[in-house]
Amino acid sequence: MKGYIVLENGEVFTGKIIGGNESGTYGEAVFFTGMTGYQEVATDPSYRGQIVIFTYPLIGNYGIQDYTSQSEEWQANALVIGECSEEGYHYLSKKSVMNEANNMNVPIIVDVDTRALVKCLREQGAMGAVITTDLDGIDWSNYQPVDEYPFVKEVSTKQIETYGAGETHIALYDFGHKRAMIQELTQLGAKVSVVPFDTPYETIQHLDVDGVLFSNGPGNPKQLEHELHIYRKVASAYPTFAICLGHQLLALAFGADTKKLKFGHRGANQPVLEIATQKVDMTAQNHGFVVDDETIGHSEMQVTHVNINDGSIEGLKHEELPLFTVQYHPEASPGPKDSHPLFHQFFASIEKKKEVTIHA
Amino acid sequence: MPKQQHLRKILVLGSGPIVIGQAAEFDYAGTQACLALKEEGCEVVLLNNNPATVMTDEQCADRVYFEPLTVEVLTKIIEKERPDGLLASVGGQTGLNLALAAYNEGIFEQYNVQLLGTSMQSIQQGEDRELFRALMHDINEPVPESEIVSTVDEAVQFANVVGFPIIVRPAYTLGGAGGGHAYSKEQLKEIVAGGLAASPITQCLIEQSIAGFKEIEYEVMRDDNDTCITICNMENIDPVGVHTGDSIVVAPSQTLSDHDYQMLRSASIKVIRALGIVGGCNIQFALDPSSNQYYLIEVNPRVSRSSALASKATGYPIARIAAKLGVGYHLHELKNPVTAHTYASFEPALDYVIVKFPRWPFDKFKDGNRELGTQMKATGEVMAIERNLQAGLQKAVRSLEIPVDGLKVASIEAIATDELIQRIEIADDQRFFTLLELLRRNVTIDTLHEQTGIDHFYLQHFKRLIELEQSAESLEFEGVDRDTLYELKKSGFTDVALAKALNTTEQNITQLRERYDLYPSYQQVDTCAGEFMAETPYYYSTWGTKGDHHLTEKPSVLIVGSGPIRIGQGIEFDYCSVSAAHSLKRMGYETIMINNNPETVSTDYETADKLYFEPLTAEDVIHVAKRENVQGVLLQLGGQTGVKLTEALEKAGIPLYGATFDVIDQLEDRGRFYELMQTLDIPHIPGTTGMNAADTEMKASEIGYPVLLRPSYVIGGEGMAIFTSEAELKAYLNDSLNEVAYPILIDRYVAGKELEVDVVTDGEQCFIPGIFEHVEKAGVHSGDSMAVTPPYSIPDSLKETIVSYTTKIAKHVTFVGLFNIQFVYENNTLYVIEINPRASRTVPIFAKITNIDLVDCAVQLLLGKPFEACVPSVGLLEEPSFYSVKAPVFSTEKLPDVDMLLSAEMKSTGETLSFGSTVEEAFQQAFAWKDDQTPKIYTEKSGSIFVDAGDAQQSLIRTDLEKLEQSGFTIVQGSSEQFNEWITTEDARLYVSIPDLGSKHYKDQREKAKRNRIQLTTHSETLHALVQGIDFKERHSLSLDEWQKKDLQRT
Repeated sequence: MKGYIVLENGEVFTGKIIGGNESGTYGEAVFFTGMTGYQEVATDPSYRGQIVIFTYPLIGNYGIQDYTSQSEEWQANALVIGECSEEGYHYLSKKSVMNEANNMNVPIIVDVDTRALVKCLREQGAMGAVITTDLDGIDWSNYQPVDEYPFVKEVSTKQIETYGAGETHIALYDFGHKRAMIQELTQLGAKVSVVPFDTPYETIQHLDVDGVLFSNGPGNPKQLEHELHIYRKVASAYPTFAICLGHQLLALAFGADTKKLKFGHRGANQPVLEIATQKVDMTAQNHGFVVDDETIGHSEMQVTHVNINDGSIEGLKHEELPLFTVQYHPEASPGPKDSHPLFHQFFASIEKKKEVTIHA
Repeated sequence: MPKQQHLRKILVLGSGPIVIGQAAEFDYAGTQACLALKEEGCEVVLLNNNPATVMTDEQCADRVYFEPLTVEVLTKIIEKERPDGLLASVGGQTGLNLALAAYNEGIFEQYNVQLLGTSMQSIQQGEDRELFRALMHDINEPVPESEIVSTVDEAVQFANVVGFPIIVRPAYTLGGAGGGHAYSKEQLKEIVAGGLAASPITQCLIEQSIAGFKEIEYEVMRDDNDTCITICNMENIDPVGVHTGDSIVVAPSQTLSDHDYQMLRSASIKVIRALGIVGGCNIQFALDPSSNQYYLIEVNPRVSRSSALASKATGYPIARIAAKLGVGYHLHELKNPVTAHTYASFEPALDYVIVKFPRWPFDKFKDGNRELGTQMKATGEVMAIERNLQAGLQKAVRSLEIPVDGLKVASIEAIATDELIQRIEIADDQRFFTLLELLRRNVTIDTLHEQTGIDHFYLQHFKRLIELEQSAESLEFEGVDRDTLYELKKSGFTDVALAKALNTTEQNITQLRERYDLYPSYQQVDTCAGEFMAETPYYYSTWGTKGDHHLTEKPSVLIVGSGPIRIGQGIEFDYCSVSAAHSLKRMGYETIMINNNPETVSTDYETADKLYFEPLTAEDVIHVAKRENVQGVLLQLGGQTGVKLTEALEKAGIPLYGATFDVIDQLEDRGRFYELMQTLDIPHIPGTTGMNAADTEMKASEIGYPVLLRPSYVIGGEGMAIFTSEAELKAYLNDSLNEVAYPILIDRYVAGKELEVDVVTDGEQCFIPGIFEHVEKAGVHSGDSMAVTPPYSIPDSLKETIVSYTTKIAKHVTFVGLFNIQFVYENNTLYVIEINPRASRTVPIFAKITNIDLVDCAVQLLLGKPFEACVPSVGLLEEPSFYSVKAPVFSTEKLPDVDMLLSAEMKSTGETLSFGSTVEEAFQQAFAWKDDQTPKIYTEKSGSIFVDAGDAQQSLIRTDLEKLEQSGFTIVQGSSEQFNEWITTEDARLYVSIPDLGSKHYKDQREKAKRNRIQLTTHSETLHALVQGIDFKERHSLSLDEWQKKDLQRT
């Protein structure tokens, strides 16, 4: 059906809508520049509340596969695609993207001039958008901006879930984690307890964990301002690693501030420089907010990694504690696995702590 | 880390003449590298004997040696120039092998020369199969079951264990030359024997075949600090089994999930780290289509054809960045020149799809074996950029400039379905079109997949093309609405193709399209999928988008490039296009390049102000010309590709520089051409035009045998042939394989001395930079003959006649710019054979020898400057004191079944340029252009030479044979049985195979000589030149400017 994606600034792009409902689908329009990984993107809870535009024009070629989704549901509100393959051509393909979108009740708009759309967002910044067949029926009060709406509460686990049976016990604060994180941890020999975003320190103590991972998640970290004191306490007590939203939360908890990027980093080719080694990793990223580098001086954190393109903060470590955080996704899925060694680094910091404890 | 300051002077090795497997991509890489080094303040010295290249221009290198690519010469140059560093990774396999040989002889150590970029040890580890396999085992990366063999017996033993099919890959050869798939013991023996002979280290890798796997390539870069990035991955539509150079390739991969993609990316980075590459590297994988099992097939530790493709596909300039890494930089210290805002340490994101399609030479080599395998056969390639795969494929097909009617090939349509189904089992150059035809006949995708192994994804896209084609055919022109036309245009159908499908005229379609306001938009190739603003105006067309296009205020000129490299239209026209861009820039114009060859310098976005990566059909060119509102279009530099467009562009009202269609017709149409010659009182060879087979036979008899037949409007002598009798002619015309197109030109064949000139004219005065005298007589295509300037055997009076005829023609024909005249001289008469109203193969050569930028002169004249202001002198330039020899280079070992007998149809793929104080010296240098090509009669003092010569030839070669005997060689003549015996002997040095005119005698012997890599000579004049060079042994290596200085001192 002929339809439109309309931006908050009034720009209208035409296409064909598959799925969706009459009242339109609203969300923050963001674009993803990776050329593969549409299934992981669609199911990544960090995309909650967003309409994802794929810059690569041919999507769906290898279908929808088992063990690839990053969560149970499709998380993005809608997808915007140049051309969507009617079938999946891959030995692991179980169904087509279109079928799955239909099952998940997520609309897709195809045959869109995605490049013009991306250029618009690049120039004017991420903004609200609606996918609709009815240009006259648009009502922006239906739009829940990610800055204001508490999406983390929606996507975080409601009770503690445990994966794996390894020796090292890790608590994963769930703000909307990706399954790949659990896979990485369990493969390295961990037992992982996924805990709700507002789990108190005492619960963590009771779980008797060896380390804590703060996960990724959707939205503005400042929405969780009331929980920061917990995160600070937990991160001060255990070897800690934090990714994406988790990184922003710990920066806030230890005295830095965060701000919104104009249009965010979403893709598989963000170059990150490790200051100590001067080596560059290609990283998978998906974030609209960032730690404000001007506020680091007042915090307890130090910058370890920066983005080559815009100089923004990509990694922090605590001055004293075994605590380090990254803005990007070492679990990839989708994207390059260059920074996979960070998980080893996390395990090493846990081992070190254990040794110290034993000797003490 | 910034540049290493001690690297002040760098010696760069070029790749030499174009051969199959090593084409213009190394001119692109070399040019980028030279410019990058100069940017860093290095003095650049270049060794490359290919005169048609941009890199051998003075803007690129401070000093150029057109000298043989031998260790001996390289050592002399190093000794003389004392470079601090040497760059070998942009010279293809030729450059790398030469550096390796010199390294092994201790030359680097002796003269304290640092190899830039990847270390020699790493290169050897990547190139030597055994070392590479051992390394892969160490890092736990899978490689197929295989073994290195140096004898045929070892290969047979391996086969007994692993079974067939088996792939044979000779070590250190171009384009996999000498390799192949063996399905039986007999085949294996034959291929391995040939492969061992082809390999400079007498090694072959034989491996269990993984044919049918997906073939995936990654272009990877690494800096000295161990930062690694992948620039691009590519997927071959043809599964493993067809050489990647012969495969249709898309970028990025289409059928890989993120898991697959990252698995192979991680493996690539692991491999490049293990090898310790500094710079660029190409890594090829085979991936099981039904599991995640993969194998590493090959690693090229240098820039390659694929890296050129990846550079053009993404905008990321691999060779340029690799050169900078070679002098010490790290990736994140270098800017990404496309965006100018971001850095070189990132991985390009594409928001379009790339299709690369090979260009094969089988239009020329009708007898050639068209089957594709591990040995590359394509001479060139085209690239298309689009937003969808259907349109990308269509753009690629029309960029090839092959006789295709839309997507249909007439000769395939005539074949029965069963036969076609059988035919696609083994890939050949026509398989894509055969698949389309089978889809037209409703053969299922499953059947096609079973026969070819091509992924369903691609077959489904092929099928969609046929559905669209058939839907168009089912429509009435009157009923076509806007949406329908838009869908068809979006899928890549041209106005011409739609006119055919809808049974109307092209004009009607164009008018309808314009009424519906349907025009292409132009989008930027920006390396980042729109994420960042990019400065570089590198565009491709698509339909139905807003586009990124910006018009500029400056007056602009469009340069039409020359498309894919093919026999007859090579890199020389790219040189001309690039020179024109430079010239126009200097004059203050905005320069716009349109071309589709990913290998070339012209399609480097830094060459012109704007680059359009587009097919070169009239519709595509007109769209760009109108969109840019150009002041005019330059057609005479892109070979026949440009000239062919004259009529259509003129009709569309596009302003053109240079010849009008009427002038071109005056030169091409026999009747009008003879009229012109008669008006000017210039002798021409009697000839006429045949309208059909019967007419041609009749007219040939009237002219008298021997006759020369040639189609009009072709270059490279396509379909050109000499006939000594009516019976021969009849047989030729009636053989459908020959696809004779009428009207066809029929000339009396005059076996005289051929001469040619290039001319710069304003229509009044003219400038002739020199005269080339051909060594072989008329009848050998000018592209295949050796040629010498200044002429070495003609009287001054003849030169005066040449100048006088040339001046007359220039004055009379309404033409400005560059043109080329070919003459033949016989019995004291000088005839004009043809006039080409365009730049020619010899323009770059004259430009280099004379140090006069001929293209610049022509462009200035075309843009209206007065002759005195831009041309150095009038008439023939004073002859230099040294001789220059242009010699053809053939890729025949790549093309079994192609007869090496030189004839009217061109066969060579490249050429060399050599200099000498005497013509004998220059000949010697021409024949000994590379270590493994140096004639045995130059390096050995004894041995035997087998001679087969026609009756009329015996007397012509007698003196030369005597000279060879005096030099210690034995002359053997005898039966074909004796030949078979001789060819296997250790002391076989040379095979002289000279049949009489029109005869193709001794074809089998030539084929055997080729397979056994015995030097072959097929004309008495070539033999004479070869023998003349025999006495010459020692000389100094002089750079081009030293030759020129020596010349100045004389005058």
